[in-house]
Amino acid sequence: MLAAVGVSSVEELFADIPRDVRFQGGLQIPSALTEAELLRYFGALAERNRHVETRPSLLGAGVYRHFVPAVVDAVISRAEFSTAYTPYQPEASQGTLQAIFEFQSMMCALAGLDVANASLYDGASAAAEAALLCASSSGRGRLLVSRAVHPEYREVLKTYTISGELKVEEIGLDEGLTSLSALGDMLGSDVAGVIVQDPNFFGIVEASEELAKRVHDAGAALVVLNNDLSAYGLLKRPGQWGADVAAGEAAATGLPPSLGGPFAGFIAVRDAFTKRLPGRLVGVTSDGQGRRGFCLTLQTREQHIRREKATSNICTNQSLCALAVTVYLTALGPQGLREVAGASARRARYLMQGFEKAGLRRRFSSPFYHEFVMRADDPGAVNEALAREGIVGGYPLGKAYPELADCLLFCATETLTRGDVDAAVKAVAAARHKVGVQ
Amino acid sequence: MTFAEPLIFEVGAPGRRCVQPPPDETAEISLDDLAVEPTLPVLPEVSELDLLRHFTRLSHRNFSIETHFYPLGSCTMKYNPKINERTARMSGFAHLHPYQSEADLQGALELMYELERALCAIAGMDRFTLQPAAGAHGEMTALLMARAYFDHKGERRTKILIPDSAHGTNPSSARLAGFKVVQVKSDARGNVDLEALKTHIDNEVACLMLTNPSTLGVFEENIVEIQRLIHEAGGLLYYDGANLNATMGYARPGDMGFDLVHINLHKTFSTPHGGGGPGAGPVGARGELVDFLPSPLIEKNDGAFRFADAKHSIGRVRSFFGNFLILVRAYTYMRAHGPEGLKSVSEHAVLNANYLLSRLKEAYTLAYDRRAMHEFVLTAKRQKEKGVRALDIAKKLLDYGFHAPTVYFPLIVEEAIMVEPTETESRQTLDAFAEAMLAIARDAESDPQQVLGAPRGLPVTRLDEVGAARNPVLRWETPS
Repeated sequence: MLAAVGVSSVEELFADIPRDVRFQGGLQIPSALTEAELLRYFGALAERNRHVETRPSLLGAGVYRHFVPAVVDAVISRAEFSTAYTPYQPEASQGTLQAIFEFQSMMCALAGLDVANASLYDGASAAAEAALLCASSSGRGRLLVSRAVHPEYREVLKTYTISGELKVEEIGLDEGLTSLSALGDMLGSDVAGVIVQDPNFFGIVEASEELAKRVHDAGAALVVLNNDLSAYGLLKRPGQWGADVAAGEAAATGLPPSLGGPFAGFIAVRDAFTKRLPGRLVGVTSDGQGRRGFCLTLQTREQHIRREKATSNICTNQSLCALAVTVYLTALGPQGLREVAGASARRARYLMQGFEKAGLRRRFSSPFYHEFVMRADDPGAVNEALAREGIVGGYPLGKAYPELADCLLFCATETLTRGDVDAAVKAVAAARHKVGVQ
Repeated sequence: MTFAEPLIFEVGAPGRRCVQPPPDETAEISLDDLAVEPTLPVLPEVSELDLLRHFTRLSHRNFSIETHFYPLGSCTMKYNPKINERTARMSGFAHLHPYQSEADLQGALELMYELERALCAIAGMDRFTLQPAAGAHGEMTALLMARAYFDHKGERRTKILIPDSAHGTNPSSARLAGFKVVQVKSDARGNVDLEALKTHIDNEVACLMLTNPSTLGVFEENIVEIQRLIHEAGGLLYYDGANLNATMGYARPGDMGFDLVHINLHKTFSTPHGGGGPGAGPVGARGELVDFLPSPLIEKNDGAFRFADAKHSIGRVRSFFGNFLILVRAYTYMRAHGPEGLKSVSEHAVLNANYLLSRLKEAYTLAYDRRAMHEFVLTAKRQKEKGVRALDIAKKLLDYGFHAPTVYFPLIVEEAIMVEPTETESRQTLDAFAEAMLAIARDAESDPQQVLGAPRGLPVTRLDEVGAARNPVLRWETPS
């Protein structure tokens, strides 16, 4: 091959690299391992983590564990899906394209909205993209985000708007819910969008037609975030109570917790916002013989055509993760999703009632889905008591909400058995004197 | 395998079930406090076999690396080793909750810490953040860091310089970070035009974004001079790592004077593209820029690993710790190759590209007649005179069983065909692809109709993309 190329050595191929910047010596990385050695090395690293596949965990806070049936991994492990590129050549990518179209349709169904894209990086960047969409479609410069939105999503939104062209302000809370009176004081004709989460970060059902009405009366768009779509197997879907945009994280329905990634962000909108959507969109079309086919469409929104005038800089999305979600939702179906949601909500109530009997106090009284806030004089001691029984405890709220420094956020889904919950309650009750509850 | 496949919504029947959740052990608990929505969302109702048959058939309607050669320029479609999938699926990685304590996550933190060190060694940078979820996300992260850096120094710099050959994400990321984009033209050899560059440099320039080797597949010969010019004017140099696969062990962005870089783990480090993601786009920084990296970073104290924030961190760019299982795959690949292996990856990538170039340069026209790195750009100018365009050649290749190269990019090359074979292809595959390209060139000359109707042998023939955009149908609706 060197002869065909017309060089006598491989080094000659790199002759265009100026001498001054040519790298000398060897790369300082560990030497190569064989496959068997790799399994040993990575196996040992994995062993050094305490995973929650078999260990009961009461952690939620944006990352939820639902049982994922075997068909999901069977489908996403198919190399025809996992090793394909973005479907820019539609005739050679009908499988990926049709699967994305099915994902879009399912996101529309769960959001109760008209159009969904092919996925975004994660819930946090989806929230930021939703905010930017409100601003660009209205020309307004203020965004109001509820403090009951996931703290990390709010941090990411802040980072995305560092340049100061958009002003992001936080709406205060009233008993764990977005404060309607604070919202009323902040709304004005310069507000592009109001961003809430449902169920919110404390697990509380935030859906409120009154809230939607106030937002719309001010001419702003309502963005509803979510990070466990199973909720919509049981609860009102965002479009049903006034959302213009629904966005968030679809990973809870189909992917393992994965230390938080790769996940599957989603965004869905009312028709009027279609042309401002970020990222890829798949539409139906036909070939020369009238057969139905699918292709990427409305690409004039995107960076590879519009460059600095694009609606977003996003190129890569999370196709394979979106496929996992599509397969999960297909496997569950509408009835299965309702059963999972119902079981999760019941398990969470069972846990909450047990904790109350063990002496912890419920912090907010509003209805919740599968996550709730409990108070203890020493929340650290509660988690330590749980850890001693091999149970991963709740999320300490103090760091993100200083006023809730004595609170823990607990989650239960259908993956916890009744026995797991009983053990958790027993552990907390036994440590009663230590956690300082009455 | 060219039968039409119905939508999953068109398969199945009301009430048909696939997975049945176990009976609710807490069924006696009341949900009366919740306003339960009476209607259910419209989702498919199918059996397990319906489901598998549907998605397996869909998979047959795809080209992929494991079924077809994929010489897609700028995308680095190399083979994705199976061992990466094994490690990423280990319970001790896949089933970690990001809010578990640092003590519960020591193995994961160690992996990320070691991956960061390896990236620093390969790129010649001081620190990396592993948070960004993709290349474009990395670009945006780096530019937000540049903005914070200049704000910190009290300098007002508003412009980002970008060569006209750059990927579209560069200008759109710059815009998202609140900068003004200034395009710099390329010269006749595909380098940045130095005279044009000089006219744009002033104290308003925050950063020059450069892909090197460029998207034209050539190494920027004036890199030393460029970095001098930018740095003398107080600006920063940003490296788009899309083409790192060409230079591992031969050149490092840090040694070339780049202050900020992003690397696409889904290109150079073999994590599967997944039909368009997930990827990962870690960002590296040198010198003072390190203080502006997003949160969190990972540090090692007395053998224990913990999360920490940079001094002037720009904050978070993504929730949690990035696309962690992609990081596991990429680190597996690095450990499988080691220093010599990675150098050999780049050598074979460049050799394969130059070999294909040598076989195709007579039948097609080379956009830049010089040594290629890991990819090269042809133009179908000659074929266009016969009415055969780059798009037609791309579609005809599909009939030969090859995925098409990238076409119409870079934008500055007329009828561009951009070929990147990667190091994982054998000479036989390269020869077979070359033969197909040569046959298409002959047909374009003597019998253009042979090329124009393609593809003929796929599940669908050429699709009406204009019609799809004119009357957008973007979701399935229950027939009324």
